[in-house]
Amino acid sequence: MRFSFTEEQEELRRVVRRFLEEKSPVGEVRRLMETAEGYEPAVWKQASLELALPGVAIPEAYGGQGAGFSELALVCEEMGRALLCAPYLGSIGLAANAVLNAGTDAQKAALLPAIARGETLAALAVAEPNGRWDAGGIACEARRSGTGWTLHGEKSFVVDGAVADLLIVAARAPELTLFSLRANVDGVVRRALQTIDPTRKLAKITLSGARAEPLGEVGRGAAPLAQTLDQGAALLANEAVGVAQKLLEMTVDYAKQRVQFGRPIGSFQAIKHKCADMLLELELARSAAYVAAATADESPKELAANASLAKALVADAALHIAAESIQIHGGLGFTFEQDVHLFFKRAKASEVLLGDPTYHRERVAQQWGL
Amino acid sequence: MEAEDVRREVRAWLEANWNPDLSLVEWRNQLADSGWAAPTWPERWYGRGLAVALGDVVSEEIDRIGAVGPPTGSGMTLVAPTLLEHGTDELKQRLLRPILTGEHTWCQLFSEPGSGSDLAGLTTRAELDPATDEYVVNGQKLWSTSAHHAMYGMLLARTNWDVPKHRGITYFALEMHQPGVVVRPLRQMNGYASFNEVFLNGARVHRLNVIGEVGNGWTVALATLAHERRMFDAIQARGRSPKGKGRAVDENRAEIADLMEPYKWYPQRAGRVDLIVERAKQTGRNGDPVVRQEVVKLLSLARAAGWTAQRAKAARVLGKPPGPEGSLGKLYASQIAKGCARVHTLISGTDTLLHGADGPAEGLIGEIVLSVPAVSIAGGTDEIQRNIVSERVLGLPKDPAIEVDKPFRDVPKNLSGPRR
Repeated sequence: MRFSFTEEQEELRRVVRRFLEEKSPVGEVRRLMETAEGYEPAVWKQASLELALPGVAIPEAYGGQGAGFSELALVCEEMGRALLCAPYLGSIGLAANAVLNAGTDAQKAALLPAIARGETLAALAVAEPNGRWDAGGIACEARRSGTGWTLHGEKSFVVDGAVADLLIVAARAPELTLFSLRANVDGVVRRALQTIDPTRKLAKITLSGARAEPLGEVGRGAAPLAQTLDQGAALLANEAVGVAQKLLEMTVDYAKQRVQFGRPIGSFQAIKHKCADMLLELELARSAAYVAAATADESPKELAANASLAKALVADAALHIAAESIQIHGGLGFTFEQDVHLFFKRAKASEVLLGDPTYHRERVAQQWGL
Repeated sequence: MEAEDVRREVRAWLEANWNPDLSLVEWRNQLADSGWAAPTWPERWYGRGLAVALGDVVSEEIDRIGAVGPPTGSGMTLVAPTLLEHGTDELKQRLLRPILTGEHTWCQLFSEPGSGSDLAGLTTRAELDPATDEYVVNGQKLWSTSAHHAMYGMLLARTNWDVPKHRGITYFALEMHQPGVVVRPLRQMNGYASFNEVFLNGARVHRLNVIGEVGNGWTVALATLAHERRMFDAIQARGRSPKGKGRAVDENRAEIADLMEPYKWYPQRAGRVDLIVERAKQTGRNGDPVVRQEVVKLLSLARAAGWTAQRAKAARVLGKPPGPEGSLGKLYASQIAKGCARVHTLISGTDTLLHGADGPAEGLIGEIVLSVPAVSIAGGTDEIQRNIVSERVLGLPKDPAIEVDKPFRDVPKNLSGPRR
């Protein structure tokens, strides 16, 4: 297992960080989080055409850059650090990976190039209003209709679902199968959900007889779906590391500047010990997230265990770091004007999205044969 | 010199000279004369002036052939580097060789009952008796491993009370076998007595035994402390008993058993994360969802800490400047140990209160829960460690110090007198 980044990876990180510092300052985050779309199309286009970020890990045969999962994870981490408002996790982290894992060669060739170019936005619809992320929670039905299939049911917590052009839906036919359909066909009704994190948009999707095409073989969707969700958990963990990193930086800077009782509050042990503990948690979280990403590249059999380990550990760490950040910012930290709450909200939402820490720890226990 | 040249040369010498039938001291004398006992020391002082990495090659060859190497204790790892850096030639002449042969073992006389985290606040007093050119030492030292069989102690004592605390300390090589030195085992809450307390009542040490300058002992002590990390590595690497037969090997085995004796409960102090899954299965507690959660939480922490150490190592290999991941290991270790005590308790339930032959896992669980409290104190408390991390890694401002510029005489201290 690799425990360091290559020079090329470090360079990719520098390029992405520079781009995001310019395009996603916190003022821009605040503007976009109030919009219905939740992202800036001009920036998305630039990220796609100039930096080729959507296609970074999509194979060259399907119009991507063909880099590894670690590169994809690194991009997600930087996006978390900048709290970028964009449909990257939904379209790339989840939907594109679902197509790669489940689709036939012809389907991949048909769907992925436009996703890699950033022209098609895609979304993966798995969970339903019951909020479960395991296959057992999926009730959405696929019915035969002539030569094709129609979908019936309700999907929720769909990341970037409201802006997507293409939907990938997990349904029962009656065995688990992934289907693809255009988002604008008859029988699809989408509603943006109100959430605690305005920087990431989620949708509820009602499917009443929408026509859809199976991705890969009917009845063989369970394994590619599980793999996709493991990848998604690993990516969300890496993103949360970026969020936590930024929180720690903001908070340490604040502790150095804020003066009470005649000295910077960062000179009080009550504060500096909190900061040391935050660093401790961040570095553990970083290790777990990086290892999960490297596992996807180097040792896919262990991905389920390592992705769930990272998802649970990072979620706890990021949320604790976020809570301590607000605490150290004091009353100001609880105001809307201060930026900490934006990152807190992302950390809190990411804690439960794709499965909460308890769920993922139980998966680890099963993977380890406990 | 290249690694392979060193390897060839030391191998040839060992093949010609290694003789397990010699006494340990006879063999170590030959080794010292050859320059292979301490190849990284200067040529003038029993060494060959080799780089540390080449010294490792020599150790590998000694292990490979199954020969007995130099001793592992604090003499080699702490005292010798300190003497080489700060000692007079006369001291080096007198003290280095018996360290190399293992005839002299040493102990540390640093910590005191009134001076733990604040080591520079020590109050053991050394006063020069002009009639004999000896310092007379009075005070009490604590946490001295192996003091009961040490020939010498690395002693820090205050020789000047009118200057700030860091500037009035002197570093001595104190002979332990004298009437003014009384060593008593210090019993710990877990029942072991791995350390000693040392009472100094009019103990005498000649002025020629000052290491470094009078009043400059703090700087010399920092040199010793800088090598402490390496001592634990050395004990881990070389604290195994040698294989093979012969007088030198047998004597070396006894020497290592003495050296390792104080550390036999250290695995339990670290929490025995290795036993967690096995114990959960044995007891059937792995079926309990709360236990499953806690086990995974703990083992995830332990794995992530291991991965963090590997990241630090990988960065080192690439020659990158050390990142924050390198400074956190001790705090992780203490978090893991405390987590282990908690999860072992969760698994063992009421049985946790039973100990010894009545206790779960032949008393190991009792030993774990009674040993873990040491881990966040020994070698620098977690609180001091957090100060270091927040100041050196995060760049947070220091707590304003109120005492460092005052004459030590005027600094508030713990009440003097016997500890109990």
